[in-house]
Amino acid sequence: MSEEKDEEKQGEEAKEASSSKETPVESPTSEGDTVVSAGSTTLDSERSIVSTPEAAADPEREAKLKAAAEARAARAAAKEAANVEGAPEAAADPEREAKLKAAAEARAARAAAKEAANAGGAAAGDAAVDPEKEAKLKAAAEARAARAAAKEAANAGGAPAGEAAEPPPPPPPSPKQPQLDAAAQLIRSLVHEEALEDAYINEMNGHMPTFIVKNEHWYATAVQLKQHEELHFSYLRNVSGVDYETHLEVVYHLVDLESRRELAVKIKADRSTPVVASATPVWATANWNEREIYDLLGVTFPGHPDLRRIMMSDDWVGHPLRKDYEPLDSEV
Amino acid sequence: MIRTEELLLNVGPQHPSTHGVFRIVVKLDGEVITEATPVMGYLHRGTEKLAEQLNYTQIIPYTDRMDYVSAMTNNYVLVHAVETMMNLEIPERAEFMRLIVMELQRIASHLVWWGTYLLDIGAMSPFLYAFRDREIIINLFNELSGARLTYNYMRVGGVKWDAPPGWLDKVRDFIPYMKGKLREYDKLVSGNEIFLARIKGIGRYDAATAINYGLSGANLRCTGVDWDLRKAEPYSLYNRFEFDVPLGKNGDCYDRYVIRLEEIRQSLRILEQALEQMPSGGETMGKVPRAIRPPAGEVYVRIESPRGEIGCHIVSKGKAEPYRLKFRRPSFVNLQILPKLLVGETMTNLITILGGVDIVVGEVDC
Repeated sequence: MSEEKDEEKQGEEAKEASSSKETPVESPTSEGDTVVSAGSTTLDSERSIVSTPEAAADPEREAKLKAAAEARAARAAAKEAANVEGAPEAAADPEREAKLKAAAEARAARAAAKEAANAGGAAAGDAAVDPEKEAKLKAAAEARAARAAAKEAANAGGAPAGEAAEPPPPPPPSPKQPQLDAAAQLIRSLVHEEALEDAYINEMNGHMPTFIVKNEHWYATAVQLKQHEELHFSYLRNVSGVDYETHLEVVYHLVDLESRRELAVKIKADRSTPVVASATPVWATANWNEREIYDLLGVTFPGHPDLRRIMMSDDWVGHPLRKDYEPLDSEV
Repeated sequence: MIRTEELLLNVGPQHPSTHGVFRIVVKLDGEVITEATPVMGYLHRGTEKLAEQLNYTQIIPYTDRMDYVSAMTNNYVLVHAVETMMNLEIPERAEFMRLIVMELQRIASHLVWWGTYLLDIGAMSPFLYAFRDREIIINLFNELSGARLTYNYMRVGGVKWDAPPGWLDKVRDFIPYMKGKLREYDKLVSGNEIFLARIKGIGRYDAATAINYGLSGANLRCTGVDWDLRKAEPYSLYNRFEFDVPLGKNGDCYDRYVIRLEEIRQSLRILEQALEQMPSGGETMGKVPRAIRPPAGEVYVRIESPRGEIGCHIVSKGKAEPYRLKFRRPSFVNLQILPKLLVGETMTNLITILGGVDIVVGEVDC
């Protein structure tokens, strides 16, 4: 009995600690917490070096922290070095040093390739980007000479750079386009004129109709998606969280078991304070899935009945699936 | 005077009936459960995080270790997702090999479930029979891939090894053997009164609840919902074969038991047809670029694993490693209904109900 209460308390404390981790100054209920927030919040290694020794009284802990801080500093230095080499985008990328370098090189190479492809004069619109990449893939599989030929063809073609290299004509409208339009129309009239940020067909995924729902309209949309008889997405098959580095995204994959219609719904959330309304009151499936996303990516779901960590232990610091996650203790 | 008070009991993490490291904290009033809280994560290995550092071929062995009772279907869902993104064509021979191993795996997985479930309930000998027969399949897989559990058999574009000489004949011989054994199982267990008293009417829920909780596999079909992805959203070659999807109507542990046994029969039917239609030769790997880099974009693919819908959501940025890889694990999702089912039940029924869900903790935690 009492044990459970303790557990609950701990859970709450952990929740508080993790929710306030963005503001290191306020959180220090214990040493551990302070240290944690210093480590997990910032990429700025210098600040954490300064702040950590002050906070840690325990010598063992201090030693560990120092080591961690040094490692972090080293990593930051490596990053800077990588930046000097001339890939400004890499600064936001928290990957390891070697990977960073490789990525920067790859990016440079790709940029060069793109420029070459675009030299034909076509603006690289959304439509042009995909086929171009596909074309590249194919070319890579074939001999180098073939690739060069394809590129030349693309450049000579003048018009949409990629399309010239891609033999089949532009694809006909998706068979699921009417379905998408009807659903989008319904949501716009039922929820809000501006409820959908975007509605498109994901052709790669068997023409999956996809909505990007505005964060503030998500819950009302979810209710309609399940309950309206023309939508009737009764079955929530999957919930994923994705860290796009610029923002976080939660993806709900829905299906109606009777008509077998599918829908993917995406909700974007701000990266520093990610909040997405919980869909658990609508689909009970969402419960543990959202807990997992909260645990691993740090998205909070207001309206969730039991938002606790589910995979990591309650006193875990940080959200491991974040791209900039750094373990508090790299030995673990 | 009798003094009563609530008792807090930890079932697990090291408890044989939880089939791995999984814990349920139950509040007991006498022998009746008033609250149940599953605690998981003991086997969490961060597969999804690790995958972000690995190329797609390197991820395949990790999928073996998720649902380690059904590694072949896990292999398939990953390679299927990558193939969908890259729009690859798979040689027919390879696809037949995949389908055959997946159906064999379904049988092996259901046999593990059948044996351990009865062991949980208190019947010792069926476990031995089930493992005796599963051993045949494990040996077949061993011959094919060199491993008994973690096969690492499939690849993006095909399978790693073609069937060795005589292998398909062994599969052919296994079918009538297994059919005979199923009759033996029924004779031994399915009509046993004590057994029936333990599972009939236990752990009941209706179709609406099952759908609301996103249950899949036998956990969904026991309520009468006709939803088997092999039929509902056919993938691989499943639309070439005739087979039935067994359905229940009461949504209890007994229906789940009957469905799983019947699914073994249906898998044998599929195997029979597959062996007949299979091309006698041909490539086992399709044309795959040397570096597997799916174009930027995202897919969610799903297949019917022995436990239900296993899905794979990949976000690619055109690199050799996935930007984000998420597995929809049926064990994890199916387990959510457990706290609801357990309230008001006795401790003995906890074992019956938990076993009936058929979880593999490697997949719950991933």
